[in-house]
Amino acid sequence: MSDAAIDTPAPAEQLYGCDVTCSRGEKVIHVSRANYIATLKKAIDDSFTMCTDLTAVDFLTYASTNRQLPAGLVGERFEIVLNLISLERRERLRLRVQIAEGEASLPTAFDLYPGTEAMEREVFDMFGIQFEGHPDPSRILMPEDWEGHPLRKDFSVGRIPVQFKGAPS
Amino acid sequence: MTNNLITATPAATGEGPQEMRSRSELTAKEVLREVGSVLRMSEKAAAELTSSPVENDEEQTMIINMGPQHPSTHGVLRLMLELQGEKVLRCKPIIGYLHTGMEKQAEELTYMQGGTNVTRMDYASPLNNELVFSLAVEKLLGIDGDIPERATWMRMLLSELNRMSSHLLFMATNGMDMGAVSMMIYGWREREEVLRFFQKVTGLRMNHNFIRPGGLAADLPTGWRDDVLTILEGLPSRLAEYDVLMTNQPIWRERLQGVGVITAEEAVALGTSGPILRSAGIAWDLRRDLPYLKYDEVEFDVIVGSYGDAFDRYAIRLNEIRESMKIVYQILDKMPSGDYRIQDKKVTPPPRARIDESMEALIHHFKIFTEGFKVPEGEVYVGIESPRGEIGCYIVSDGSPKPYRLHMRAPSFVNIQALPHMMRDGLIADAVAVISSVDPVLGEVDR
Repeated sequence: MSDAAIDTPAPAEQLYGCDVTCSRGEKVIHVSRANYIATLKKAIDDSFTMCTDLTAVDFLTYASTNRQLPAGLVGERFEIVLNLISLERRERLRLRVQIAEGEASLPTAFDLYPGTEAMEREVFDMFGIQFEGHPDPSRILMPEDWEGHPLRKDFSVGRIPVQFKGAPS
Repeated sequence: MTNNLITATPAATGEGPQEMRSRSELTAKEVLREVGSVLRMSEKAAAELTSSPVENDEEQTMIINMGPQHPSTHGVLRLMLELQGEKVLRCKPIIGYLHTGMEKQAEELTYMQGGTNVTRMDYASPLNNELVFSLAVEKLLGIDGDIPERATWMRMLLSELNRMSSHLLFMATNGMDMGAVSMMIYGWREREEVLRFFQKVTGLRMNHNFIRPGGLAADLPTGWRDDVLTILEGLPSRLAEYDVLMTNQPIWRERLQGVGVITAEEAVALGTSGPILRSAGIAWDLRRDLPYLKYDEVEFDVIVGSYGDAFDRYAIRLNEIRESMKIVYQILDKMPSGDYRIQDKKVTPPPRARIDESMEALIHHFKIFTEGFKVPEGEVYVGIESPRGEIGCYIVSDGSPKPYRLHMRAPSFVNIQALPHMMRDGLIADAVAVISSVDPVLGEVDR
């Protein structure tokens, strides 16, 4: 049942100049922030013409030290995760980009995959990660005067106050 | 854990309004940007048009709101339309009116409870949501190869029937939007028969939480085969009626053909999936191209359109009901006997009878329902073909009984990005046809 063996990164393997790991049999490449757009271009040339999903993860309170990163890569607080599909080869490819808390921004992928427009807006709305050059960087799900970014781990889920003694407030 | 953390994230709300702005407030550069973002055109088309949007005189155009409470926006979709006479120049969907923070909520629920949450996202195809969530959790647990055969085939049966009920709902709402009001009642009548079967099997018409990590909640009830056959035998004549009422009817064709056209390149670039992608002529169906469950063991055709218009999307859905029926017939033949869930005491609760006689079983039962089961750390993405397109589930686990992050890739959320594109230069009367043909479910758009 343990997947320790499956999840160990194969250090030698590289794709588009990025480290490749395997997560539960799915191919994942780890892209640096600087190479992000260049890697996407290579992926498009390699028939990954469709971006199905773009999302983010906030690793602030992650309990485990094992983040399935290749050796030598330091995990930052945020991570942008893209799922690409090659319609030709019927393959999926996942990209993980580490984003430091201090510089929570990334160039937009809009020019390469126009379909990421709404997804990037959602990531900005929920995580506060800016996408440089995004044509419409407004909030998408929350109201425009909302403060904070709900899916960050330091954003409380909130609670309804209860009027009993000893109840947590 | 959340108590001691402060909520004071630095505010970053100067990012601008969500609404579409009038032309007088836009500089030429911003209009250019809008050509890309609001109209979402291909680069070539945008270059051809760069002059024309600015040329239009502000006084001749008007921006109106369609929705969020318009009956044909299928919920609370709000569209801002810029009109010149009856022509739609620009369109911007504004969403979020149904946002309830389900992804945040999912981080507070155990994997056991997660099904009740995800099933409410796309409320027209709840079983597909549960299925993709369960498949992702099973993949994380590493038990995806151990699911009993019967459970797999039962999942396929429910998934296909759900596709039929969802498409029948589309037939109803599409007819209603186009003014074929009696069609609304017919579509709902047929859908209700499928939902009645779901009620018999799962106890609920919708939001079943029936497909769970490890298998299903219960076995099929006695007489299920007859019930399915009743549905399958009754449906062909009804679908033939639809053909008379809609497909072959000149008014219907006139209303849908050539409306809301999208090309194959645009559909791929915009990331659309499901009937929209297929209407543009791309034969892409995850059931065939990246098979899950046992879809590689059944025979069916992928229905593909050729014009990418609203009529193609209607015809694709109508014929997908027929394909699903074909699959269900095969499932009836191949349904094996056996267990309906994995007998792994760490994942599924023990059978009720065992609890009376075994202390161990009682402990496992207690642990599963109080604490939940722990899932090894890792991250996984699973995508399946829901009636609306690719529904994906991305889970990051840190080894605790709750997902560290759960993200649902909702097909409607991505598909409505194509709306401005399909509506451009169309008539406002056709806007309703275009929205309807995309068939968005706002529950999963906003989550």
